[in-house]
Amino acid sequence: MYKIAVMGDRESVLGFRALGLETVIPDSPEEAGRSLTEMARQDYAIIYITESCAEEISDEVKKYSDSVKPAIILIPGKEGSRGTAMAALKDYVERAVGADII
Amino acid sequence: MATKTINPTRMELTRLKSRLKTASRGYKLLKDKRDELMKQFLDVVRLCRELRTEVEQSLEKANAAFTVASAVMSPEMLQQSLMYPKQSVETEMTMKNIMSVHVPQYTFKTTNNDPSDIYPYGFAETSGELDMALTHLSPVFEKMLHLAELEKTAQLLAGEIEKTRRRVNALEYIMIPEMQTNIKYITMKLEENERGNTSRLMKVKDMMLAEQREKSEQRKLERQLNS
Repeated sequence: MYKIAVMGDRESVLGFRALGLETVIPDSPEEAGRSLTEMARQDYAIIYITESCAEEISDEVKKYSDSVKPAIILIPGKEGSRGTAMAALKDYVERAVGADII
Repeated sequence: MATKTINPTRMELTRLKSRLKTASRGYKLLKDKRDELMKQFLDVVRLCRELRTEVEQSLEKANAAFTVASAVMSPEMLQQSLMYPKQSVETEMTMKNIMSVHVPQYTFKTTNNDPSDIYPYGFAETSGELDMALTHLSPVFEKMLHLAELEKTAQLLAGEIEKTRRRVNALEYIMIPEMQTNIKYITMKLEENERGNTSRLMKVKDMMLAEQREKSEQRKLERQLNS
C-alpha cells in the first residue's frame, strides 16, 4: 500500500486534507526539498506539488523524473495555473522526439 | 574511416561479418521499438494534455471556492474543521509493461466509500461555502490520480525513447558504416595479397623455366663439344 501526499502553501493544500491525503506545508524551499527527499525514501507513490513550490525546488523534482516511484505531479496552486506543468509536458515531448511537435 | 588498426586476416573478416549481421538485426529491432514507443508516447501525451487542462480548470474552481470559504470563515475555524479528515486514501500501484518500459498504474482505496460523507466537520459552525469547496474538490481527485499515471508514463516513455533513439542513431551512423568500411578494407587487402601471391608465383615460375632452359642449353653445348 502506498501513500499519496500533497505539498504546497497552506491555502492550496488545505482542501486535500479533507479528502484524506497527507499534506505537507513547508516554510522554506530548503524544508520543501528535505521533505521531498524524505517522502521519496518512504512509500509515497504520488506526490502532488503546487507549481510555485515546485519551481523553488526544481532540481529536487527533476531527480525523480526517471524513477517509477514517486511520481511527482504538479498542480496549480491558489494563484491559478502558471503553465509550469504544461511546459514540463512539452519538455518531455522535446526530449523524446527531438522537436516540439504538439 | 578505419581509424583503429585492424588485422587484415580471414578470421577478423568472419568475426566482423557476423558482428555486422547482429548489428543490422539489432538496428532493425531497435528502430521498430522506437517507432512503437513513439506511437504510444504521443497517444499518452495527447491524453495527458487534455486531462491536465481539465484538472487545472476544476482545481481552479475548487481553489476559488476555498478562497470564498476562507473569506467568510475565520482561519482558525477553517483550520480546525479540516484538521481531522474523516477518510484516508491509499493507493495500490501495479506495473504495466509498455515495450519493456515499466509504468505504474494506480488504483486507490478510500476508507470511506460514501461520496456524500466526506465532510470532516459538523455543519453547525462551518459555512456552506466550505461544503461547496469540498464538493468541487472530491471529484477532481480521481482525475488527478489518472493524471499522475499518465504523466509518469509520459516521463518514463520519454526517457526510454531518448535512449533508444540514441542507440538507433549510433548503430545507423557509426557502428554499421564503420564495420562496413572495415570489411571492405579487409577484403581489399586480402585480394591484394592474393594478387601479390599469384604474381610472385608467376615470377618464380618464369625464373625456374629460365633456369631450366639455361641448363638444357648448357647440356646441349657440352654434348656438342664432346662429340
